[in-house]
Amino acid sequence: MSKIVGVLALQGDFKEHIEALNEVEGVEARPVKTKEQIAQCDALVIPGGESTTIGKLMERFGLDEPIREMAAQGKPIWGTCAGMIVLAKEIVESDQWRLGLMDITVERNAFGRQVDSFETDLDVKGIDEPVHAIFIRAPYVREVCEECGVDVLATFEDKIVLCRQGNLLASAFHPELTDDRRIQEYFLSMIEE
Amino acid sequence: MAETSTWRTKVGLAEMLRGGVIMDVTTTEQAKIAEDAGAVAVMALERVPADIRKEGGVARMADLRIIEEIMEAVTIPVMAKARIGHFAEAQVLEAIGVDFIDESEVLTPADEKFHIDKHAFKVPFVCGCTDLAEALRRIGEGAAMIRTKGEAGSGNIVEATRHMRAVQTAIKHLTGLREDELMTEAKNMGAPYDLVREVAQTGKLPVPNFAAGGIATPADAALMMQLGAESVFVGSGIFKSEDPPARAKAIVHATTYYEDPVEVANATRGLKGAAMQGLDVRSMADEERLATRGW
Repeated sequence: MSKIVGVLALQGDFKEHIEALNEVEGVEARPVKTKEQIAQCDALVIPGGESTTIGKLMERFGLDEPIREMAAQGKPIWGTCAGMIVLAKEIVESDQWRLGLMDITVERNAFGRQVDSFETDLDVKGIDEPVHAIFIRAPYVREVCEECGVDVLATFEDKIVLCRQGNLLASAFHPELTDDRRIQEYFLSMIEE
Repeated sequence: MAETSTWRTKVGLAEMLRGGVIMDVTTTEQAKIAEDAGAVAVMALERVPADIRKEGGVARMADLRIIEEIMEAVTIPVMAKARIGHFAEAQVLEAIGVDFIDESEVLTPADEKFHIDKHAFKVPFVCGCTDLAEALRRIGEGAAMIRTKGEAGSGNIVEATRHMRAVQTAIKHLTGLREDELMTEAKNMGAPYDLVREVAQTGKLPVPNFAAGGIATPADAALMMQLGAESVFVGSGIFKSEDPPARAKAIVHATTYYEDPVEVANATRGLKGAAMQGLDVRSMADEERLATRGW
C-alpha cells in the first residue's frame, strides 16, 4: 500500500512538491485543499509560497482544524519556507495568522529581498553527503525550544534552516526544487516511526 | 560558498507565486488591502492601467517614493513596471530592491526594436505575450515568468482568453511534431530553437505562465485558471470597482478554488458593489490597444 502524502495546494509551489514526492517509491502524493482530502492523508506537506496568503486561506476555509488533528495523531507534517513560518509558534515582528505547532521562533525574509536569494550546500545531521539547498526570500529559525524536543538538523552561517520536533519538520529552503530526494526520504521515513 | 540570484532562484520565486493573485496598487493603503485579502504580491504603480488609458501621455516607471513606501508597508513581494526596452529604469528598480520587474506594454515603450536583456539582471523579470513565439523570445532574453498581455485597463477578459488559448494550443501543436520538424517550426515561429525543442519535449513552458489584462470578476479568474493560467494579475479590476476589499478577497477565493463552481459562486456572492466599467475591445482603434506593443 502506497503512503498517501497530501500537499496543501491553496497557494505556492505545490506542483513541484507533488512531482518530487512521487519520484520516491511507495508514495502517492496529491494536492489537498479541503478538510475531507486532508483527513485521508498519512502525511502532509505545507509548501513554499506566501506565508500570509497560505495562513489566511487556511483560516478562512477552516483547514487549520484537520491539520491540527493530524499533528495530534502523530502524522508527519513538513513545512518548507512559507510552510515553516506557518508551523512556528513565534514569528518575529509579526502578528500574522499561524498554526503555531512547533516551538520555534522564525524570522521572515531573514536573508534579504529577492536579489539576495541564493543556493548553497548544507551539511545535514543524519545525511552523509551535503545537500544542495535553494533559499528564496527565505526565513530562518532564530530560536528553538530544546526542552520541548526541537532538534536542529542543519544551519547556514550559524542560522538554523532545518529542524524537527517529533512528527513535525521545518525547512527554510526548498528540497522540491532540486533533483536530490534525500530530504523527502527523510520526511517519509517519519511515517514509519 | 553561496551563489545569489541564480536562474533557479529567479524561476523559483515565480513558482512560489503560483495559485495566487497579484494586485496593482498605487498607495500603501491599497497595498495593505491587497495583503489583507490574501494577495501573493503587489504591483506598485503610479496609475492603474485604466487611468493610464484615460489620461494618455507618456506612461513611465512609477515615482520611486510610491514604490519604496509600498515596499515598507507590506511583507509580500513587491513588483514594479519598467518600460519595454528601458534597461536604465530596470536598473533603478533593481537598485531599490524590488522583488520582480514587469517589462510592461502598459507603459509607453522606450525602444521600438529591442527588449531588455534580462539575463544581465539579478532581479527576476515577468513579460507579457500574445502567443507562444513571443513568450519564448522573452524567456530567451531571460524572463523568469510569462503572463498574457490581455488588454490592460479594459475590464474585458476577451484578449487574455485569446492569448492564453494561443499559448496552450501552440504548445499542444509542438508536442505532436517530429524532432526533424522542430528547426523549421522554430524558424517559422520566430522563436529560439532550444526553447521550442524543450517545449516540444515537456509540453509546458519552462517558466510559470500567469494571466493578466482584463480580469474583473471572480469568474474571470476561474476562467483563466481553468484555461491553464497558474496565477492571475488583477490590475484595474480591484481598485476601479465599487468595493475593493470585498472584490480583492473574492478574486483570491475564486483563484484558490477555481475548479469548484460552488466555491466560485460563494466568492461571487460576497461581492457588494459593481465591477469596474468595461470597454468593448472590438471598437478600439489599433493605436489604443496596449497588447500590440512589444515584438
